[in-house]
Amino acid sequence: MSFLKLTASGMAIVAISATAAMARDNVHIAGSSTVLPYATIVAEAFGENFTQYPTPVVESGGSGAGIKMFCSGVGEDTIDIANASRAIKQSEIDDCHAAGVKGIMQVRIGYDGIVFASDINGPEFAFTPEDWFKALAANVVVDGKIVANPYMSWHDVNPALPDQPIQAFIPGTKHGTREVFEVNVLEAGCKSSGAEEAFKAANGDAKACIAIRTDGRAVDIDGDYTETLARLAADKNGMGVFGLAFYENNTDKLRVATMSGITPSTATIADGSYPVSRPLYFYVKTQHFGVVPGLQDYIDFFVSDQMAGPDGPLAQYGLVADPELAQTQADVAADKVMDQ
Amino acid sequence: MTEVSVDPARSGPARSILVQDARTKRRNAAERRFRAYGLAAIGIAMAALILLLTSVLAAGLSAYKQTYLQLEVNLPAAKLDPKGNRDPAEMSKVFTLAYAPLLQQALAAKLDALGVTTTLSAKDMGDLISKEAPATLRNQVLADPSLIGSPHVIDVLASGRIDGFFKGRVTMESAALDANTSPEALRVAQALKDAGVMVTRLNWAFLTAPDASDQRPEAAGLGVAILGSLYMMIVVLVMALPLGVAAAIYLEEFAPKNRFTDVIEVNISNLAAVPSIVFGILGLAIFINFMGLRQSSPLVGGLVLTLMTLPTIIISTRAALKSVPPSIRDAALGVGASKMQSVFHHVLPLAAPGILTGTIIGLAQALGETAPLLLIGMVAFVRDYPSAFSSSTGLFGDPSTALPVQVYNWTQRADPAFVERASGAIIALLVFLLTMNAVAIILRRRFERRW
Repeated sequence: MSFLKLTASGMAIVAISATAAMARDNVHIAGSSTVLPYATIVAEAFGENFTQYPTPVVESGGSGAGIKMFCSGVGEDTIDIANASRAIKQSEIDDCHAAGVKGIMQVRIGYDGIVFASDINGPEFAFTPEDWFKALAANVVVDGKIVANPYMSWHDVNPALPDQPIQAFIPGTKHGTREVFEVNVLEAGCKSSGAEEAFKAANGDAKACIAIRTDGRAVDIDGDYTETLARLAADKNGMGVFGLAFYENNTDKLRVATMSGITPSTATIADGSYPVSRPLYFYVKTQHFGVVPGLQDYIDFFVSDQMAGPDGPLAQYGLVADPELAQTQADVAADKVMDQ
Repeated sequence: MTEVSVDPARSGPARSILVQDARTKRRNAAERRFRAYGLAAIGIAMAALILLLTSVLAAGLSAYKQTYLQLEVNLPAAKLDPKGNRDPAEMSKVFTLAYAPLLQQALAAKLDALGVTTTLSAKDMGDLISKEAPATLRNQVLADPSLIGSPHVIDVLASGRIDGFFKGRVTMESAALDANTSPEALRVAQALKDAGVMVTRLNWAFLTAPDASDQRPEAAGLGVAILGSLYMMIVVLVMALPLGVAAAIYLEEFAPKNRFTDVIEVNISNLAAVPSIVFGILGLAIFINFMGLRQSSPLVGGLVLTLMTLPTIIISTRAALKSVPPSIRDAALGVGASKMQSVFHHVLPLAAPGILTGTIIGLAQALGETAPLLLIGMVAFVRDYPSAFSSSTGLFGDPSTALPVQVYNWTQRADPAFVERASGAIIALLVFLLTMNAVAIILRRRFERRW
């Protein structure tokens, strides 16, 4: 008989919790794994310094997944902030509006560099976007003709590069980093090498610019940078694509390559001379202002000079501080939203 | 043994029980070979286990030790309590940022007193101290404002790289290439260690402290994860045990044998083989989207794991009920007991050890599960300890993580110090699993009946 009682009490527990008031007092954040470390650093400092609020909960999952959760509706069982390593798309804003989410605030927190690095004991590399396009594209232009990529060594691609077999570990298509890689490296290299013209003449468009070779020389990494690092440790000839912050935490294992003659660093990314960088954002549901305690304070704290400024902990970790941070602070203070 | 197996009817005149013929030799050889295969299989399994354990222990045991630094910090009232009221509410307006330079100065003064000269800049010297330290100091000051104005002796964490140096993870060679530390910093750290200011000691905070951000691997702990796992196990036990046992008793003792119960039986076995991530999707759809329970809460996590554990409990309970001899039931029925009395008074107590074993093994399985939790938002950065009950979030409604999730989380962090943390968390998880399995074995040994 005691089992029946236990079952009944078990059911009762569910019933009680389901009907309990659903008030939420912690800020809930989800989204890009690139922004995650920055969000956790700020969340931690926020919880420490604003003892009247609980520490925000930060989930990972990717920019697209985060924005999808963000746009699923308004209310306490939806998230307050979506982190994104790319700008929100118009289609996503439309989804938001369809679900009743209005008044989205876009906050740019700074810039992130994308670096190309190999094993610390390997040779030095000095790349141009053209080298990467030629090394990784499915089809390249040789002597005016479009042929399947014949290059096996970086030396074949550009005689100035060391004679090391091409083996690249690039971010998978679910990563926001992949988009930046395609636009700033592959398409740029495609254009400067003249292949874009040839592709347009042959196919009518330049989609072939971002088609990656499938013979195993380029491997998509769907996991995190730690996986890319493990691949490089296993294959000393490998060349990996990382975020600047990850590289800065592992400078004793990785040798970074220059791109178009510029060494990636927070300084070269801030002044725009390093070509492969992108802004990082988070999106705030202004409808939750006043409903979720601490939401406004968290955003103000995030963009404050002591956090996101050039001497703050985020810059120390590898974020390139936004030169226009003052404007962002003013926009946040004025509750400026991007739609309506 | 060969003597027994010789068939006298077929043995020819040349056969002797002292000399083995070719056929017997072949059979004996086959038996020896089979034993060798079995031994080899066990050997390979043991080798894999030992390899796994040594790699985890080698990488993770050091997480249970941590390097601390003892400093005497001046706490100037002008900076920490500008209004001079010693009111914690007012003093909390002074952020941790104001406390960091105090620690830096204290370290510089200590080095001066010890006669250690260094070329480190003030900022690099500050990097010897964990970024967690200003928060530790601030909390102590806010808890006891009377500390202000006089020197205060405090134990703070050393930074992850320095800690790694004393654990052998960071070397002078790697530090020369490392952007976050330098050989000079390690030299200073060594001098501090020789002077007894820095000590590497047992670190219980690893089991009690909450998670920390990527900048403070040295401060990260398992506190929230252990609490979250505990809450989920409570939910699983309270939900899965009665439901599973009731279902099993009905199916085994009361249900008529027909096509319908056959279908149910087959489906329970199928459910046991369903990939656990499917239960996560189900949990997201039912518990969060439909029932409106809170994301990231141990309640939802526990309910999802309950669904996953139910088939295991039902199957093991039915096996335990089956193993009770029918004579017990018959005897009970024979002296006039009802069906229900015979089950609850006689069969169930005898089957209890088997049921408990199955339940504990099911719980252990649920404890190590990550995939379904991924979908219900428990793979998150949570720093506040979840409370078992609060008026705003209900029972087990606070956001939390779980032990396996914490392992998964830490393996994705950029700082190499988190590898050690992740292995340490695996050790904690293994200890919990071993304890649960040991309890299962003890229960079985103590209450088992043989017929």
